[in-house]
Amino acid sequence: MSAATASADAAAVIEVAGLDKAYDTPMGPFPVLKGVSLAIHAGEFVAIMGPSGSGKSTFMNILGCLDRPSGGDYILDGKHVSALDKDQTALLRNRTIGFVFQGFNLLPRMSLEDNVALPLVYCGVDKEERRQRARELLAKVGLGQYAKSLPNRISGGQQQRVAIARALVNRPRLILADEPTGNLDSHTSEEIMALFEELNREGITIVLVTHEPDIAQHAKRQVRFLDGRIVHDAPTHHDLPAGEVQPC
Amino acid sequence: MLTAMLGEAWRAMGANRLRTFLTMLGMVIGVGAVVLMLAIGQGAQYAVAQSINSMGSNLFIVLSGFTNAGGVRSGSGNAPTLTVTDAEAITELDGVETAAPVHQGSAQLVYGSSNWNSYVIGTTPAYLDVRSWALVDGSPFTDSDLRASTRVALIGKTAAQNLFGAENPTGKTLRIGQAPFLILGVLAPKGQSLDGRDQDDVLIVPLTTAQRKLFGTPFQGSVRAIMVKAAAPEVMPAVENSMNALLRQRHRIRPGQDDDFNVRNLTAVADSAAETTRIMSLLLGAIASVSLLVGGIGIMNIMLVSVTERTREIGIRMAIGAREKDILTQFLLEAIVISIAGCLIGLLLGIGGAVLTNLLTGTAVIISGSSVIVAFSVAAGVGIFFGYYPARKAARLDPIEALRYQ
Repeated sequence: MSAATASADAAAVIEVAGLDKAYDTPMGPFPVLKGVSLAIHAGEFVAIMGPSGSGKSTFMNILGCLDRPSGGDYILDGKHVSALDKDQTALLRNRTIGFVFQGFNLLPRMSLEDNVALPLVYCGVDKEERRQRARELLAKVGLGQYAKSLPNRISGGQQQRVAIARALVNRPRLILADEPTGNLDSHTSEEIMALFEELNREGITIVLVTHEPDIAQHAKRQVRFLDGRIVHDAPTHHDLPAGEVQPC
Repeated sequence: MLTAMLGEAWRAMGANRLRTFLTMLGMVIGVGAVVLMLAIGQGAQYAVAQSINSMGSNLFIVLSGFTNAGGVRSGSGNAPTLTVTDAEAITELDGVETAAPVHQGSAQLVYGSSNWNSYVIGTTPAYLDVRSWALVDGSPFTDSDLRASTRVALIGKTAAQNLFGAENPTGKTLRIGQAPFLILGVLAPKGQSLDGRDQDDVLIVPLTTAQRKLFGTPFQGSVRAIMVKAAAPEVMPAVENSMNALLRQRHRIRPGQDDDFNVRNLTAVADSAAETTRIMSLLLGAIASVSLLVGGIGIMNIMLVSVTERTREIGIRMAIGAREKDILTQFLLEAIVISIAGCLIGLLLGIGGAVLTNLLTGTAVIISGSSVIVAFSVAAGVGIFFGYYPARKAARLDPIEALRYQ
């Protein structure tokens, strides 16, 4: 598998080529993605933008191995995803990817600590280590003192921090965030984005879907979707000089 | 991983306590009913088995025929057709272990200031062998008592208690009419017969004594009945045939003429009684199982609701790496925990109900380990069976759809 990616993009975490996705409707197949090709390298921070219906959410679902493309190639961390079965994609979601959602998606009846530790349950980490790692990450996002609280006791911004801690608990290479600030006020959004930037500095690759330009400014690279195609792909202007962002 | 999932099942059950309790109630009632019904059924089977054992095994009773005087027909055992020599001839047949002629009636027994009406059996010493009847005290009468028609007797437990109270009857003398009888021994208690008669309310005396000194006989040596014990259950049909042939020949009955005697296979009667109770207890169990089934359907219903309610949770779990089988296990475990918890409570209630039934009505109940194990494994099976479909439904959810679910 790695032979395909070897020479040119040795460090590519995500590589998609000619990706198509069409949904079956009563009126026939409805194309959502039309030949999308994109490479994202280790350590990048990419914002995916575009209006509703442009295909960016579908693209994220495919990147997250939650959905399968109708055509084209998707190589995640050197693995051809289309060749994997359901259990293997579940393993990728567990180990390689961390998800952050717009609606936080914490389990309401579990303490924050248990929420953060949940991904570890599915890869058989024992109870003591689960607890320890969950505490570590809650401390990292500044919520160590709420370990035993339930999600409804804390604010939305804090819940999103817990969700980020959960995404990080299995030490993924890649974080996929789908409108992570969509439910937050602008001040809290800035805090969350600062946290993402910090994680990115630590070497985690981040792909973020947003439709807010000022949120996208935090990313190092911006990709814009329109009608199922990438119409714009460039480094963020007033962030860093292009040369330093582009790897290889 | 399993402990973590058990913890989650517990948490999910605790989140909606009333609903969990009501779901469990179906299993509680089902298992309780099964355990109670099996206990009552097995108790009944045990009671019948006790009666059968007390009767003696491989038994025939040969009754003499009836009289037909001017069109008035008396019942079986009233015509003096059987004799002591018939009994001796039957004893000689192949497959017959022993046989005892019986001439019985009832009499008023008197001891000191107490008196009691009891059933008096005149018979030979072989009778105790035929009925597998032991003595708890004293010794049986012998052939010499038979020859001499001595006034000796063996007394049953009920008759002894009514006449002698706490005294030991052995060696005491009671009266029947004016005739004194010496008690040689006390019979072991046998309890109720299959027809509900108290077999211990009895006095056994030598046949000749009964014939000559108590009841009299129409002809010398005639008896009302002969009890026959076959050597083994397998030979009973052959023994029945040869007895019929022998008695027809001895009584000079021509072909085509009716028998003047009547052979009954008591073991067959007992078997049919046992079969009846067995079917009754099966029926009770089957009816109770229906409630177990209904309880299982209740679990399935609630699990389906639970899967729908928690669709979003399932989506989240899938997104963070739960495999299909993890989701399946989680929901299956929840169903099993509910059914096993319900089963445990049901077991307690069923056992309590059985004990209460026994205390209130005196009905025999038997709670066997096997019925408990059966109820328990059926409950676990019901949990798996009725939990599987909802769990599979949960496991097969599309993660994207599930995440979008509100």
